[in-house]
Amino acid sequence: MKDSVYFVSDNIISSLGFTSEENIKCLKSDSTGIKLIDNQELYNQPFYGSLVDTYGIDSRFSQFSNPSNYTRFEKLIILSICDALKNSDIDVRSDKTIVILSTTKGNIELLNTRYSGKIEKKRAHLWKAAEVIQRFFNNPNTPIVISNACISGVLAIIVGAHFVKSKQYDNIIISGADVITEFIVAGFQSFQSLCDGPCKPFDINRNGLSLGEGSGTIILSNNQNNYFNNDAVLFAGGSTGNDANHISGPSRTGEGLFTAVKKTIEEAKNIGISKVDHISAHGTATPYNDEMEAIVFDRANLSDVPISSLKGFWGHTLGAAGIIESVAAVHSLKGGFMIKTLGMDKLGVSKNITVVDKYTEQSLNSCLKTSSGFGGCNAAVLFSKAQGLK
Amino acid sequence: MITSYGIIKKNSAIVNGKVYLKGNQTESFTSFIKKIYNKLETDYPKFYKMDNLSKLGFLTSELLLSNKNMSKNYLEVEIGLVFSNHSSSLDTDKKFYSTIKSYEQYFPSPAVFVYTLPNIMMGEICIRNKFRGENAFFIMEKFDPKFIIQYSQNLINTGKIKCCISGWVELFSDNYESVLFLLEKKAYTEYTKIFKLENIIRQYKGE
Repeated sequence: MKDSVYFVSDNIISSLGFTSEENIKCLKSDSTGIKLIDNQELYNQPFYGSLVDTYGIDSRFSQFSNPSNYTRFEKLIILSICDALKNSDIDVRSDKTIVILSTTKGNIELLNTRYSGKIEKKRAHLWKAAEVIQRFFNNPNTPIVISNACISGVLAIIVGAHFVKSKQYDNIIISGADVITEFIVAGFQSFQSLCDGPCKPFDINRNGLSLGEGSGTIILSNNQNNYFNNDAVLFAGGSTGNDANHISGPSRTGEGLFTAVKKTIEEAKNIGISKVDHISAHGTATPYNDEMEAIVFDRANLSDVPISSLKGFWGHTLGAAGIIESVAAVHSLKGGFMIKTLGMDKLGVSKNITVVDKYTEQSLNSCLKTSSGFGGCNAAVLFSKAQGLK
Repeated sequence: MITSYGIIKKNSAIVNGKVYLKGNQTESFTSFIKKIYNKLETDYPKFYKMDNLSKLGFLTSELLLSNKNMSKNYLEVEIGLVFSNHSSSLDTDKKFYSTIKSYEQYFPSPAVFVYTLPNIMMGEICIRNKFRGENAFFIMEKFDPKFIIQYSQNLINTGKIKCCISGWVELFSDNYESVLFLLEKKAYTEYTKIFKLENIIRQYKGE
């Protein structure tokens, strides 16, 4: 299949582990990484969230370089890319390889007046942090940085696929991360959008999101000779849309997400709405987000398609979310399984959508991934097995 | 093709090559941006709630759209925005940090927090004009007009949108500069002017 965009390799780093395999194993066995965090440096009261093990980061990082010369954000990205590269034959130093970074706040902690580390403040600039990462890997191309609220990860995959299709680069390393900082916790707390226990996506008693941190990497390539087989997963389409309604809440009718889903399906000419087997939703567990998504899936004739939200495992990992949830979707396609929407006991949205309520093994050919964020932005991508495109 | 553009930089606002408004040499951003708002006769109270970055992006888009009738030629979903800048939302991020300075002075404000993302200004422009097409926000050390136009043009060529407002909106404390273009597939009237990117960039750089 010429001009196709192949998923070559991936990684997830979260509270549940440092590789995709470790994370997927936890997802399959319904074990969450969200717990009560009591850390005065993050917030003056305990809150529910999902943190990556600091010792795990630094001990792994010391194999490559001195952990004190890099920020937590940079280390998460570097470790994630290293692991994804290890499982592929992609040459990171090639001028046909480029890095795309997805994050909302990057190294924002450097601007905290209480920051006591030795890293230069300049790295709070996202392009500067990206340059540090580029230098670490000796990649010759200036990295592309995408910061578009909570759709950053999904948008980064769309931009990456665009680079392959337009033949600008052969290999795209898409990596996203965000770190839980005082800034993030205070902000979401001020919005009163944090829940009082592990989050409950699509549940009738959902009352807010759980914050999470982590990183993830997806490597895309155009090389059909190396990667084509029936189980290979391809990028089939992707699009974004704006609600044009409110800067901090979704549209009641889900205009922007509906547009993004519709255009994504239009781009994936060979698949069509009736062939979507599975949906990996944004499902943050805020009352408005999940209701809006239910309305959109219903409007798009997708209410019979099994939907998973993974926020109950990792929390909302912001700039990493779209990437790590897409990695899980790709593994679902390859392995033929769907992950339980952890936290949902009783469906609590106005449309009768089909939420995956237990780990289920089932052969899948295509999966739609959606996300939405502040600023009224929405994004959708469709992944498909090569076999499904025949 | 570029059929309209707006620049706000160094106390000067430019539309399609012509100076629209010039401020005083020493004028602050807040004062100059308000003058542009008043001269445009924009009646849009939400403007006052925006952070400075959004105000800059919003009024640059108002300038370039001032002689365009978008709803006549396009559906809402056919209009996209592709923006970029150097400092993301760091200007407002610093303001948000000042609201959580110490445990004694801990008053995080949701009205400030919501602007700690650079794409919020695209949201503001979408709400104002009912634009519902593609969005993307890139952070770069320097403005790369070729990259931004190539990406926007690809969205048009692949049929995802029919026109795009694209460019650079940068603000950090008192330093600000913005340039936004309207990219269209065709000229809708015989009077429509077409602008060359090189000329716009030359003017933007002040050469």
